[in-house]
Parts: sequence; structure tokens; C-alpha cells
Amino acid sequence: MSRVEGATRPRDRLAVQHSRRSARGSSRGTRRGRYVVLVVLSLLWLFPLYWMVVTAVSPRDDLASGRIGLLPTTLHAGGFTRALTQFPVLQWAQNSFAIAVVAVALTVVVDVTAGYVLAKHRFPGRSVVFLLIVATLMIPVQVLLVPQFDLVNSLGWINSYWAVIVPRSAEAFGVFLARQYFLSLPDELLEAAQLDGAGQLRTLWSVVLPLSRPLIAVLLVMTFMYRWNEFAWPLVALRDPALYTLPVGLSFLQSQYTTDYPALMAGALVSVLPVLVLFGIAQRQFVAGIARSGLK
Amino acid sequence: MRVRRWATSYAMLAPALALFGVFVLYPLVGAVRISLTNSTGIGQAKFVGLANYTAMASDPTFWQAAGNTALLAVVSVPVSLGLGLGIALLLRDRIPGGGLFRAVFLAPYVISGVVVAMAGRWIFDQNVGIVDRVLAGTGLPQPDWQSDGTAAAVSVVLVLLWARTGLAVILYLSALQGIDGDVLEAAELDGASAWQRLKGVVWPLLRPTTFFLTVMLVIETFQVFDIVWVMTKGGPAGSTELLVTYAYNQGFAARREGYGSAIGVVVFVVVLAATAVWWRVQRASEDEL
Repeated sequence: MSRVEGATRPRDRLAVQHSRRSARGSSRGTRRGRYVVLVVLSLLWLFPLYWMVVTAVSPRDDLASGRIGLLPTTLHAGGFTRALTQFPVLQWAQNSFAIAVVAVALTVVVDVTAGYVLAKHRFPGRSVVFLLIVATLMIPVQVLLVPQFDLVNSLGWINSYWAVIVPRSAEAFGVFLARQYFLSLPDELLEAAQLDGAGQLRTLWSVVLPLSRPLIAVLLVMTFMYRWNEFAWPLVALRDPALYTLPVGLSFLQSQYTTDYPALMAGALVSVLPVLVLFGIAQRQFVAGIARSGLK
Repeated sequence: MRVRRWATSYAMLAPALALFGVFVLYPLVGAVRISLTNSTGIGQAKFVGLANYTAMASDPTFWQAAGNTALLAVVSVPVSLGLGLGIALLLRDRIPGGGLFRAVFLAPYVISGVVVAMAGRWIFDQNVGIVDRVLAGTGLPQPDWQSDGTAAAVSVVLVLLWARTGLAVILYLSALQGIDGDVLEAAELDGASAWQRLKGVVWPLLRPTTFFLTVMLVIETFQVFDIVWVMTKGGPAGSTELLVTYAYNQGFAARREGYGSAIGVVVFVVVLAATAVWWRVQRASEDEL
């Protein structure tokens, strides 16, 4: 049957391949078995997140006495109110958000420009610049902390958002991703724009950018995620608890407040929700972007 | 004319070059410089040559941290790859709810390491954690996740696998979906079993993805910080200490900035060298084909 279908119109080819693939070698029974394995694995995968939610809405006493079960017996807001009133969790969230948004804007501009030039321009030193940037991926953050702190300190940025935003805007993975994306754009298109008299920046702005929506979506999501989740550098660069980002604040909360798991998990959920929502909206682009970088 | 074009290229690269130069490469040089001193962050630091590097040789905690880091890479990277490929194979055919499953496996990858570690700590709490309660319910022994070194290390590995196997799932899934069905069909017509097709046809075609993932995961393993920092702080008794947590401990908590920087430099050089060697091997084996 698949032989016959294989000869149909090309636009059906993808669908055919898939029906052919699932028809091949997987009887109804093995397909059901595969589903069971998938469901079990994903329940296992989701469990820690689910357990955080159950913990966050449980009364503190239930945890110590081991009364907390797979379903919360009562819905208790105590964890959230303690997290939000005794600690400046909302302030931390606001700091994280401000830092992430400004840093994303800066990083995406830098990534797109650098990635484009490295992919499409020919100039001496190109591969050296590219290799240097990629090599920075291998520098452990910890080795840079002391000199970066000294540098930022001498710029007078300690205890400001800038201390976190600017040094991390040099984001090698984003440059790499952008370069890979632009490599796939046809040179003829860019040459045509140049022949029409467009300058370099104009070509980038009005020819390349409109074709780069998927790339920009990926860079936005990934950079937001990195900035929102970052820990080691903000831990060092921010001294004033009122300026902490969420991860730094949460680790502080964790060390101060070791047994109040409902409050800890409530705070953690506050920090997880924005990335999960963003990720849910942009999942397709995010996945495509990661995949592109791994497939060359 | 050509020179002007080159000038335009460098002008457009200027923001990136400035940021990488000032905030990454310059501090890297600074780190190497500090690693040659006995800096404590207070007062004048003295140049001590390679003393910090030779001190590592006789520092048992350094070797413990190095061993833990290597072990973590040797254990967690292949397991992540295997598990990721397995899940990707299950998801390969367009099945109902495929997108949802994909999201489930990727979710831990997008949330912060601090939160991942907090969840891990709570689940593996040796007094009130759910894992020990489940083990107790089934009559199995309940490890002391916080006070027993081996158990603590196991809990860190499990949490790490949870956090990042999703990356392998996504990359393998895309690679599998890019494989031409005709190749597999030809192999099947030749009488190859499912396992033979996986081993002889699919696995070689996945090699670029496996290569990329291995490099990414090894680099990440050498830089795992927040998960360990929040879950165990390297304890008990250094049993989960990694090179980067030790570098941080020495550089910041113990204020031995010179020594801490030297450890960081060693990590950087090892990762760079490993990647370069791995790259050459990969290129060489591609040429054979």
C-alpha cells in the first residue's frame, strides 16, 4: 500500500512518509506499549513540578507529620502569603524582569549583527573572531567572577541592574545560533540588495531582518530564559537584598528558611511560571532553534 | 574599496567585539594573572608564580572535586544521550499528543537550576521527603540523602538527568525526523531487524547530533554550579564537590582568590583541550566515510 502512495503528489509526501513510517513494523500492540512507556515516563518527569504545587498549597504542619499525600487535602494559601509577605519575592521578580527585558534587547541586537557579519561578510580575521567567541563558551563562569567583579566595581556598577545586564550581553551561544541561521540565507539575495544600492546596514535591516523572524523569536526566548534563570553572576554582583534577582533571592530564602517547604515551593513556583508560560507560547520556535544549532 | 568593506564589517562587529573583549577576554586574562598571585581580595597581592598550580597536586579536595566532576561527566552524559535517544524514538512517529510529551520532557530544561535544585532537595529530603516515604512504603532501604556521601551524589545525578535530558530528546527527535524514510525502508526490505536498522542506519546518521550533544553536555557538566550549590553545597564531606563549586568556595568563601582562579583556569584549559581533541577525532572519522 505504501508503495502506491509513495508515487502521489509531492506535497503529500511528508504525510505519506509518516503514515508509512507508523504503518511499518508497529502493530497496534507495540504502539500501545510505546504509549504506556511514554505516559509513565512523562508522569515521572512531571512529578517534581506537580509535587512543588502540592507542597506549596499544603499547611506547614502536614509536611512534618508526613500527612501530605498525592492530592492536597485542603487548599492552603499560607505558603504563598508567607513567601510574598516575609520576603520581597515580588520585588525580586520585578528586578529579574527588568534585568531580563533590557538584557534581551541588548543581546539580540548584538547577536543578530555579529552573527550576520560572521556568516555573510568576507574579511581578514573572520575565523579568528568566530573561534574566539565560540571558545568563550568553555570558560567556566566561576573563573571570571573575581576579575569581572573588580571590573564592574571600578565602573561603579555594583548594586545596580547594569552590573548584571552588560557583562552578560556577550552571549556566545546566541552569536553561534545567529551565524548558523544566516549561513542558510542565499548570497544572491544579499547581492541583489547591494546592487540596488542598499548599504550594509540597510541590507541587514530591510532584507535580512524580515527573513529572520524565527531566529529572533528563538533568541528572544532563549536569552530571556538564560537571564531569568542566571545564578552565579547576580549572586556576586548584587550585594543589596532589595536588588536580588529571583534565583539569588530564592537561594537566600532556601538557606534561611530550611523547613518551611510550602513557602519555599511557593516562591519557586512564582519564579517558574513566567518561563513556563513564555516557553508554552514559543515552544515551536524554541525547539526549532535548538534543533537548528545541533544539526548544522 | 576592499579595505572599506572590511572596515564596515568590523564596525558592525564592534558592539560584540567590545562586549566580549571587555567583559570576557579581559577578565579571563585577569583571572590568569590573579591565579599567579596569593590575592585575598584585601591588601596587596604578591606574585607567586605557579605556586597555586603546584599546590593543586597535593590538595586532596582538589582531586576529589576533579574525580567527582569526571565521574559526573562519564555517568550523566551517556545516560542523558541514551535516555534522550530512547524517548526520541518513542516520539518519532507523529503520535497524538506528541507536542505535549515533547513539552513535558523539555520543561525542566527551561526552569532555573536554583528551582530544580530546590525541588530536588525537597523530594530527596531524608526526613520528610517523598522518595524516602515511597521507599519506606515498599519496604526498601531509605538512603540518608543528605548525610551519606554516595546517596547525596546519586541524588545530584538524578536531578541533573531530570533537568537536561530534554535537550537530548529535542535534538535527537529533530534529527530522527530529518532521516529519509526511504533509507530505512530499503534497509527493512533487505531484511534488517529494528535493532539492526537502529545500529547500522539510524545511529551513524545521528552522529553529528551525538557529537554536538556530547560537547554541549560535557561543557555543561564541567560548569554545573547552581544545582550542586543549592542542593548540597558540595557536601557531605566533599562528596559532591565539583571543580567549579570548589573554585567558588576557595575564591569567595575562603578568600583564596589566587587558588580559586587557578582551579577555574585549569577547568577552562581542560574543557578547551577536550573539545579540540574531540573535534579532531570527529573530523578524522568523517573523512574516513
